[in-house]
Amino acid sequence: MKELSLNILDITENSVKAKATLVEILLIENSDTLTITIKDNGTGMTDEVLEHVRNPFYTTRTTRKVGMGIPLFQFAAEQTGGNVTIMSKHFSAFPDDHGTTVTALFYKKHIDFTPLGDVVSTVTTLIQGHPNVDFLYEHKIGDNFVKLDTRELRAVLDDVPLDTFEILIWIKENLEEQYNSI
Amino acid sequence: MKSLAELQAIKDRMKSKIVLREGTGEIRVVVGMATCGIAAGARPVLNAFVEEINAANLYEKVTVSQTGCIGFCQLEPIVEVFEAGKEKITYIKMTPDKVKEVVEKHLKGGNVVTEYTVAGAN
Repeated sequence: MKELSLNILDITENSVKAKATLVEILLIENSDTLTITIKDNGTGMTDEVLEHVRNPFYTTRTTRKVGMGIPLFQFAAEQTGGNVTIMSKHFSAFPDDHGTTVTALFYKKHIDFTPLGDVVSTVTTLIQGHPNVDFLYEHKIGDNFVKLDTRELRAVLDDVPLDTFEILIWIKENLEEQYNSI
Repeated sequence: MKSLAELQAIKDRMKSKIVLREGTGEIRVVVGMATCGIAAGARPVLNAFVEEINAANLYEKVTVSQTGCIGFCQLEPIVEVFEAGKEKITYIKMTPDKVKEVVEKHLKGGNVVTEYTVAGAN
């Protein structure tokens, strides 16, 4: 992947496929590190799947949502000296509190650090493709932050769908303005 | 600043034509957005479709959606076009520039851009 924002898009697609109704994408950045957390309330993974999820060659029909996504993300993190941790609670064991959290740590000053890239485009692409899923996007950069919560937008929009073109443009411009004001 | 008040105004504008905007869905454009597609450049291709379809005022007729791996990862970004009563058209190795052409010639004009299809590549 040329940009970490593409890895974020890819990993979040797994959350959506796992029937998440809310996905939180949290970026925390300081001068040395970038931490990306993708937290969902989807079905979660069993311990057996979790054990194999980092292996690109582990894929069966029933766990097809796994594959190259996590290994590529992990590779991008490890080549900077960072790492990826995955925590998951499967709905069979945690009926009221299930989901998966993927956290990646990157060292930004490492020569092999992949730039974050067009993260705004990742957010709008996710909302365009999954207008019924809620996304909380938060990017903390030092003491500043950029935030978008589709639940807040939905409260204003009633039943006007989030994938309406004008709404997607509003979201894009809103995020760009927030970034520009930092 | 893009405020919530502005969002409210968009909502009020949309409400009146929401039935219209949900459209007839005569044509369905589906972009492969699995790991393979994303790595090959599916994100800008998808966004180009959304923008061009809106610019061409085709949103009543055409819907854009995302899907997983279509199965020919080496030909990504892949875009499938479904139209009632017609055979499925599969465009391969798409780029935002090709999208412009497909929207203009195929979705608007009704002429498949054969050179970008899987059949045209053979």
